[in-house]
Amino acid sequence: MGKVKQITQKEAVGLFHDGMTIMIGGFMTNGTAERLVDAIVESGAKDLTVICNDAGFAGKGTGKLLDTHQVKKLIASHVGLNKTCGAQYSAGELDLVLTPQGTLAEQVRCGGAGLGGFLTPTGIGTTVADGKSVVEVDGVEYLLEKPLKADVALIKAYQVDAAGNIRYKGSTRNFNPMMATAADVVIVEADQHVEAGAIGPDYVETPGVFVDYILEGGTN
Amino acid sequence: MEDKKAFIAARVAKELKDGDVVNLGIGLPTLVPSYLDPSVSITLQSENGFLGLKAIADSEEDAPFIVNAGGAPAGIEATGAFFSSADSFAIIRGGHVDATVLGSLQVDEKGNIANWIIPGKMVPGMGGAMDLVVGARKVIVAMEHTNKGKHKILKECTLPLTAKGQVNMIVTEMGVMDVTDEGLVLKEYNPEFTVEQIQEATEAKLIIADDLKEMAV
Repeated sequence: MGKVKQITQKEAVGLFHDGMTIMIGGFMTNGTAERLVDAIVESGAKDLTVICNDAGFAGKGTGKLLDTHQVKKLIASHVGLNKTCGAQYSAGELDLVLTPQGTLAEQVRCGGAGLGGFLTPTGIGTTVADGKSVVEVDGVEYLLEKPLKADVALIKAYQVDAAGNIRYKGSTRNFNPMMATAADVVIVEADQHVEAGAIGPDYVETPGVFVDYILEGGTN
Repeated sequence: MEDKKAFIAARVAKELKDGDVVNLGIGLPTLVPSYLDPSVSITLQSENGFLGLKAIADSEEDAPFIVNAGGAPAGIEATGAFFSSADSFAIIRGGHVDATVLGSLQVDEKGNIANWIIPGKMVPGMGGAMDLVVGARKVIVAMEHTNKGKHKILKECTLPLTAKGQVNMIVTEMGVMDVTDEGLVLKEYNPEFTVEQIQEATEAKLIIADDLKEMAV
């Protein structure tokens, strides 16, 4: 745990390594920490497993990492708006795990909450159920879905205070609050940096206890 | 073609009740709110994390922070609320969405729906569709009756399913069908077509409702 540390863009680059599993917050890049994605590009880390709602766009969000062929495996709910993703998957270059959006969100939540998984009716009778256990509870069938965890999570905040407490804005929160709980190393990029306590305990959405590093400077 | 879509959307609008929380799929379903009776006010859920979806943000300051479930710029009603994706799908799976309206590639007489993948051709992913059709209290499929003459309403879906047995109602330019334990019941028809023509455009056997009515929009 320890104290939250402020880091430069250059120091952020040093946090990424080959073969890592990385969670990237955001929904169609709304709420994605773009400067931190740039840091992954700059690190040159390859064979990455990326967990993100979608594949972003060419030159934006997770799309940047597909452009540079740094991703070996992508776990996402929707990739239709990025042609590079489809092309790499069709060419056998990319391992693609398509997961229902609600299941993906809950898998990440479980990962961060120390739970062994959850039972969902979503995916019963579909290919999503292939290879998974079906559990019957009070006559209803559910799929057993397992938790997801990562080595690093990239979080996009609206405000972060010096203690790592976070507030989000608009629809940018999406996957960010769960991902902040589910990785060994959590890095936050924010539009606004404020002094410790300035958000106020009643309005903190992600407590600083989950955060390891704050990227200096604002967002792109 | 646009007229056909408008006609379907206008008929779907009559299914929604004042106060309903509704999630609309992309394309045709997004036309539905423009046909609501002025006495009916609904709240739109956007699965990327808010209730109270509207077309445009109130201020330029807010605009970059709000997108709809298609990733396009959007706004939020003053009575709306933002939340995380986990909370969004608690709302969806937990039965707090009254209705979802969505298009489909195929639907069958058992209420199975296939609208997320054409193997080897189109692999966009399911997004929130699988959770929505399982969780919403009423699932309304709004689509053209055939794909350029090719059957879409089948005895059994041939494409990979989005969900099993979850569709409640199908609205097309030809008619309105309810999914029942006995099969598809045609309860309204568009008088531009005969019942025979509608059956011909449908692979599944239609059960004709005793009180079959003209489709009113």
